[in-house]
Amino acid sequence: MSVWEILADALRNAVGPGAAAYALAAIGLNVHYGYTGLINFGQAGYMMLGAYGVAVTVAFGGPIWAGLLVAVILSIVFSLMLGIPTLRLRGDYLAICTIAAAEILRLFFRSDIAAPVTKGVNGIQRFADAFYALNPIPRGYYGVGVLRWDESTLWVMAWAWGLVLMGTVIVFGLMRSPWGRVIISVREDEYVARSVGKNVFGLKLQSLLIGGLFGSAAGVVLALSQQAVSTEAFMPEVTFFAYAALMLGGVGRTWGPALGAVVFWLVLSAFDSILRSGVESGAISSDIIGDADVGVFRFVLVGLGLLALVAFLPRGILGTIGRRA
Amino acid sequence: MHLGQLTPVATKPATRADSRMRPRSLAVAGGIVVAVLVAGMAVAGVGPLLQGLVDGLRLGLVIALAAIGLSLIFSTTGLVNFAHGSLVTFGAVMALYLNTMEGGPRLNLYLAALIAVCLGGIVAGFAEVAIFGPMRRANLPHLSLLVATIGLDMFGRNAILYFVGSRPRPFLAYQVQERIQIGGLSVAPRDLVMMALAVAALVGVAVMLQLTTLGRAVRAVADNGPLAEASGISTRFVYIAVWVIGGALAALGGIFHGMSEQVSWNGGFLLLLLMFAAVIVGGIGSAYGAMAGGILIGVVTQVSTLFLPSQLKNAVAMLVLILALLLRPQGLFGRKVRVG
Repeated sequence: MSVWEILADALRNAVGPGAAAYALAAIGLNVHYGYTGLINFGQAGYMMLGAYGVAVTVAFGGPIWAGLLVAVILSIVFSLMLGIPTLRLRGDYLAICTIAAAEILRLFFRSDIAAPVTKGVNGIQRFADAFYALNPIPRGYYGVGVLRWDESTLWVMAWAWGLVLMGTVIVFGLMRSPWGRVIISVREDEYVARSVGKNVFGLKLQSLLIGGLFGSAAGVVLALSQQAVSTEAFMPEVTFFAYAALMLGGVGRTWGPALGAVVFWLVLSAFDSILRSGVESGAISSDIIGDADVGVFRFVLVGLGLLALVAFLPRGILGTIGRRA
Repeated sequence: MHLGQLTPVATKPATRADSRMRPRSLAVAGGIVVAVLVAGMAVAGVGPLLQGLVDGLRLGLVIALAAIGLSLIFSTTGLVNFAHGSLVTFGAVMALYLNTMEGGPRLNLYLAALIAVCLGGIVAGFAEVAIFGPMRRANLPHLSLLVATIGLDMFGRNAILYFVGSRPRPFLAYQVQERIQIGGLSVAPRDLVMMALAVAALVGVAVMLQLTTLGRAVRAVADNGPLAEASGISTRFVYIAVWVIGGALAALGGIFHGMSEQVSWNGGFLLLLLMFAAVIVGGIGSAYGAMAGGILIGVVTQVSTLFLPSQLKNAVAMLVLILALLLRPQGLFGRKVRVG
């Protein structure tokens, strides 16, 4: 692979539906972590509920819009289940419960007990035909130069980035509303908020609900773009990817999640391609990195990246630029 | 206590609330255990129930061992260490490498375990010295440190996956073992040895906490960090000490877990979820709570497999966790502190 091919590949991924899904997940985390100060380590759980909400509903003969409704309901139930016991307690409880709940939910979805509904380890495929049938874009390839997509990818991308834009604008508006000002005051000092009579528990629960809905939307986008759901796609690492994107872009910044997701996917897929082409060309010995290890290395890189971001770039790209300006 | 006599109005409600809460905590824990035991007996009968109890005790001891470090680190530094599961896996994998893996020295399991436990302590101490200590002193927000432990866990877990692969493996000495029968119960000798060693380690931790200078310092820092610092205790040293102790115990727990099941790259993470349930049920920040909570979670999840599919084991732990949070958020041994 030449440098150009690697760059083109990375660019294609950075604006693809996957990046948009992570941007949506990161928008949700921004509402939780960036504006309210809640730590939700279970965003992968919300995403899985969104994806399976659509997939299962359609697999059982329902229309796609009913699937979206199911996704929303599941997300709300999950938020209430996690939020009501933990949000009165210190923040660590929410962090612990979300990571545990998301992973246990995933293990449950892939177990034999849930298999009649979720199809267990096999997952569900080809449930989004109705969504693609609505595609008004004529067949063919579109784009400039190396950045070309077929009509159905473009259709998904239009929806996905449309949702990202909408989400960003909604969050921007919310956080400048009176409600948002109180939410930010909860992040800064919840005792102050309580002392002036605000219902901090209620506000946190509302924030958890809203951010969770963005997480589910991310799952729906992933499910529709791949026409497949499986529990393997919602490992705990997915949440940490979304955190990495958010922290890269800028925590508590309007465009932080979207920018972070794009840059994150650019870096990640460039790293993947370089590693892969190194292995294929024999520049990196296959004793050190086999084909299967490339995916593992990406996790190692993101783990180290998260540590480095916290230590050296805690405000992210936008925060750092914004401070200088 | 003296203050209580001077200002009875202020403290009386608190003490009354405390004495009211204690029976309730017992009722919650007892209720959960009894419900699970009765259900287990009703479905499977007495023999399998006893067997389930023994297996649950084994799992519970492993959880308790591993969870103490989580609790000690939390009570002194205030940090929930999401990378604790990696420490558990690290211990098991190091012992596996020293014991059986090709290229390793093929040491006797006990020697390998000893070295792995020391390495676990060193690695955890290093994490505090190199990563979390400087971050804490840089006054980063609490949330950033949590995300940092997550990053470390992701790094550690996948680095281990790279080195050992995804296939679970047993230790050399323990691949097949004749189970001995004690009055209808069948226990593998390795499990008996393991359980005895685990109990000894737990007693050792309790003795250390209660009687030694270090233990007193740890408890003082956990109780009130600034006050302990003011009275001449080096909190920095205590922080490193709890990480070393916690890491060593996590490694030991991981080795024991690997002895009765198998060593896999993801084992520590799955155990971490049970450890979280244990520390919350026991009272987050209390070392004895972590022991009690660990054993409770181990027994409840194991016995629940008698009447529920075993794939739901972890979900049962989650259910206990949520129940405990709703009924007694400060845990069995926790102090009642109004938070959030």
